[in-house]
Order: sequence, then C-alpha cells, then structure tokens
Amino acid sequence: MTSSKSNRSYWKRNQIAITPWLFLLPAMIMFALYVVWPIVQSFNLSLYRWDGLGEARYIGMQNYEELWYDDAFYTSLWNNVLWLVLYLLAIPAGLLIAIFLNQNVRGIRIYKSLFFFPFVISQVVVGLVFTWFYDPSFGLLNIVLGWVGLGPIAVLANNEIATYGIIAAGLWPQTAYCMILYLTGLNAVDPEQIEAARLDGAKGGKMLWYVILPQLRPATFIAFVVTVIGALRSFDLVSIMTDGGPFGSTRVLAFYMFEVALSEYGFRMGYGAAIAVVLFLIMLIYISYFLIKMYRDERGV
Amino acid sequence: MFPTPVEKLSPAARTGYQVALPFVMVLWLLPLIAVMMISVRSANDFTIGNYWGWPTEWNLIENYSLVFTGSSMPQYLLNSVFITVPTVIGVLVLSCMTGFALGIYKFRFNMVIFFMFIAGNFVPFQILMVPVRDLTLDMGIYDTKLGLVLFHIAFQTGFCTLFMRNFIKALPRELIEAARVEGVSELRIFWYVVLPLMRPAIAALAVLIFTFIWNDYFWAIVLTQGAESQPVTAGITSFNAQYRAAYHLMSAGSVVAALPPVLMFFLMQKHFIAGLTLGAVK
Repeated sequence: MTSSKSNRSYWKRNQIAITPWLFLLPAMIMFALYVVWPIVQSFNLSLYRWDGLGEARYIGMQNYEELWYDDAFYTSLWNNVLWLVLYLLAIPAGLLIAIFLNQNVRGIRIYKSLFFFPFVISQVVVGLVFTWFYDPSFGLLNIVLGWVGLGPIAVLANNEIATYGIIAAGLWPQTAYCMILYLTGLNAVDPEQIEAARLDGAKGGKMLWYVILPQLRPATFIAFVVTVIGALRSFDLVSIMTDGGPFGSTRVLAFYMFEVALSEYGFRMGYGAAIAVVLFLIMLIYISYFLIKMYRDERGV
Repeated sequence: MFPTPVEKLSPAARTGYQVALPFVMVLWLLPLIAVMMISVRSANDFTIGNYWGWPTEWNLIENYSLVFTGSSMPQYLLNSVFITVPTVIGVLVLSCMTGFALGIYKFRFNMVIFFMFIAGNFVPFQILMVPVRDLTLDMGIYDTKLGLVLFHIAFQTGFCTLFMRNFIKALPRELIEAARVEGVSELRIFWYVVLPLMRPAIAALAVLIFTFIWNDYFWAIVLTQGAESQPVTAGITSFNAQYRAAYHLMSAGSVVAALPPVLMFFLMQKHFIAGLTLGAVK
C-alpha cells in the first residue's frame, strides 16, 4: 500500500519528464530494430563475403575494390545521374500544369483530380502502362509516330534510349505530384502583391519570375527534395519495364544492388551491401541539406 | 490570382481555354486511357491486329470477371488489404505518440530524436534490404504478411512523426498549460485534449500511408514470395506471367490492381492533398 502510494507520488512529481520517453519508446524500439541497426549492419556487411546462408568471411575493402573495376556499377551510377537530372524536369513541368489549371471555370476541380491521377497509381502499373504504350507492334506511341512518318521504334529494346523511356514514365507521376504542390502554393500567393505588381505593369514571365516564384519557394523546396529522393530510389519502374536490360543498360544503383544480392545471379550479400553503402553516401548529401535547412527553420521559429 | 483568371479575358480566350482543357487532359492521360480501352477488347482483336479500331466485341464483363475468377487475384487483393490496413493503424498509433512527445515536451534529446526519425525516412531503403530480410527470416516471419507489416510500420513512422510533430507543435499551447494547471495528468491530456484535435492530421496520414503501402513493390518482393502473402503489386507480375501476351487480360488486371488507391483518393481527396502538401505553404 505504501509503496504504491510513493510510486504514485513519484509519477506525479516526474510525469512531465517521464511521459515523453514513455510515448517515444515503442516507436524508437521499432525504428532502431528496423532502420538504424540495419544501416550499421549494412556498413559492416559490406566488408564481408557472404552468400546469405553459410559463414560470412571478412574480406576488408575487397568489395569496394571490385566495385571500382565493375562496369555495371558505373552504368548504374551514370543512369542514376541521368535520373537525377532529368527527373528534376518534373518541377518546371508541374509548375506549368499548375499554372494552366489555376482557374475558376466549371468542373476545374475534376480536371485537377484527373491530372493528379498518375501519382495515385502504383509504379508497377505505371510501368506496365508505359511498357505497352511503347510497344513497337501496337503501342500508341508508335502509332502516333507513324502518322508523322516516323518509327516504329522499340524504345525499351534499344539500349541507347531505354533509360530515357523509363525516366519519361517516371516523370509522369512525379510531375503530377509537383503540380499539386504548386497548385496549393499558388492558392496561397498573396493577391495584394499580385495586384500591386500588375499596377506596376508586371505581367506574364516577369510577374512569374519576380513576384510569384519567390512566394512559391516552400513548394519548390519540397518538390526538389522529394524529386531527388524519388530519383535515387527508382527501382520499381526499372524492374517492371526492362528488368535492367537490354544488356544491363537501364540498371540503376538500387536495382543493381537488388540484382546482385537477391536474384539468380547469385546471392552476394556483401557486394550488394557495398553498393547500398555508396547509394546511402550519395543520399546523405541530400539528407544533410534537408536537415540543415529544417534546423535553421526550427531555430528561426 | 495568378495567372489572370480567364473570366477577365476576352470571350475568345475563354472559349479557347474551355476547349483546351479536355484536350490537354486526354493527352496527359493517354497511356492510361489506352490501357482501359485495351482492357475491354477480346483476344480476337489481337489476332487480327485490330488494336485501336472499333472492337469486334465488347468484353468488359468477361475480362474483368476473369481477373477475379481465373487467377489468384482475389487472394492478392485480400493480402494487400491485410497488409495495408494494419500498417496504417500501427503507424498512426505510433506516430500520434511520438508526435505528442516531440511536439509538446522540451527535453534534452528532443531535436536529436526528431532528426533521427526524419533522416531515417529519407534513407535509400536498399541499404536496409539485406539486414531486414535477415531479421525477418530470423524472426520466422519471412513470407508472411506480419513480416511486411512490422517493417512498414517501423519505416513509415519516420515520415509520420515529422508530420504529426509539426501538426501538434502548431496547436495552441495554452490548451495544454490550462489543463496542467487544472491538474490533469499528462496521459489524460494526450487522450482528451490533444488527440481530438489531431483528427485532420490522422485522416490525412491515413489516406497517404494507405496509398504508399498499397503501392509498395520493393519490400513485397524482398520479404514475401507466394500468393499466400504477396500483395497485389507483386501479384500482378505473376498474373501477367500466367496470361502472357493476353494484353486485354493483363490490362484489366492492372486496372483492378490500381483501383483501390484511386478510389481512396477520390473519396478522401481533401485529406489526401492536405497531407501531401504539408509544408508547401508557409
């Protein structure tokens, strides 16, 4: 009886200090187990040779040395750079569509939803849809090209252009996402500033550049961060549309890593982990950028 | 408003805009419209090469009912439901708690923990692949829905904590101070004061996470294998292998696989967009 009483008073005295930890505990355990610890393990594993079943053997930096001479690794890395650069086109494209749709005509809400549609669909289906769209025998793309006397081209079977074909498919949902960010942003643009700028004779491109875009900066920031992360994570589309082919020309790091570690090419867990570490280090640049920005904002508040 | 509203332009410009709208939309959705058109055709159209002309037969019902009767599709769809719904619930429970802890209390490691959750969410998840697959194997839940659910909950908690914490931080602090002065315990403050105010955030996250998890493909193929536990995103590839080159059936299958998040989006549009555009406006 007395002990429970003292317990209660201890709780009463310290509840403000204890409660946050009580509330954080379950999530932190899950997060440590499934996210933090695996990152450490991957770093460690990248120093081993391991087939996933037998004994893991410590081999130091050998996996990284092998990466250094691995052509497939450079192809993947180069494709990731392509993804990164071209994927950013989603931002201006999304802005363009947002400006086009930012009107108050009848039924505009439905149009906005329909334009946003591609983002809600799974990347697997987007991949399939575009695979058929590109199909040389019946795909709509080649039919349209045929009207103007071009084609047919087998986009995904040509190792020169297959990656571009996949990125185009990826841009479709990504543009939709940027569009919705900008539509929300445009809604919040200060109308008085626009009127004032109009009175000063600003319009069209000048208005957009000097008055609107600065106010859209938060939307642009999020669009940028999400697009970069999306580009580095790209896996689904490559896996569905070409499975890395033709001749491995469409591999990206995320896909190559999966291929090395878990596909019929052998279960080379350590080598896969080394690729993942490289990908992680690239991403770390962006994570740091984002965190520093957030930290500044927090201190500003 | 930018750009200038069309009502203020000349009638010709207005009509031009009204005409351009549906035209641009059809162009934008062309790949999708194409798939829907293919999904109502018959095998006969493909043998005679009639891909885009008027269909010789309309097989809407036949094709779509075959998706449900001629394959493991219903099982896959059900699996997706049993993976997605528990994940959404689990993530919401955990992130309401972390959001509350990080948004209300000032303590030493607050910022560090908060940033850890955010950083974890941005990690390229490939770096987790091998260890998480191993962990799942060791726990004896490889190739089960539970294995996927647990991982998804843990990983999504990062993003949701960011969301919830910012939402709670914006709530008026006086409410909590007043409750404390009244002697309300911290747990009751969470339950009776903060939680009711979080409804919009909970709704927004619920639809968002539903879509993310439903559409997940990578973890589905890393942590599960067969029709017993694989969600529909992975199932569609088996479906396509089963009906190889039967494009009308593969198209119908894809439409079915894509439909649930689309329905969710149209039903909960307001919440969905509120969730996605968090932070897009200052």
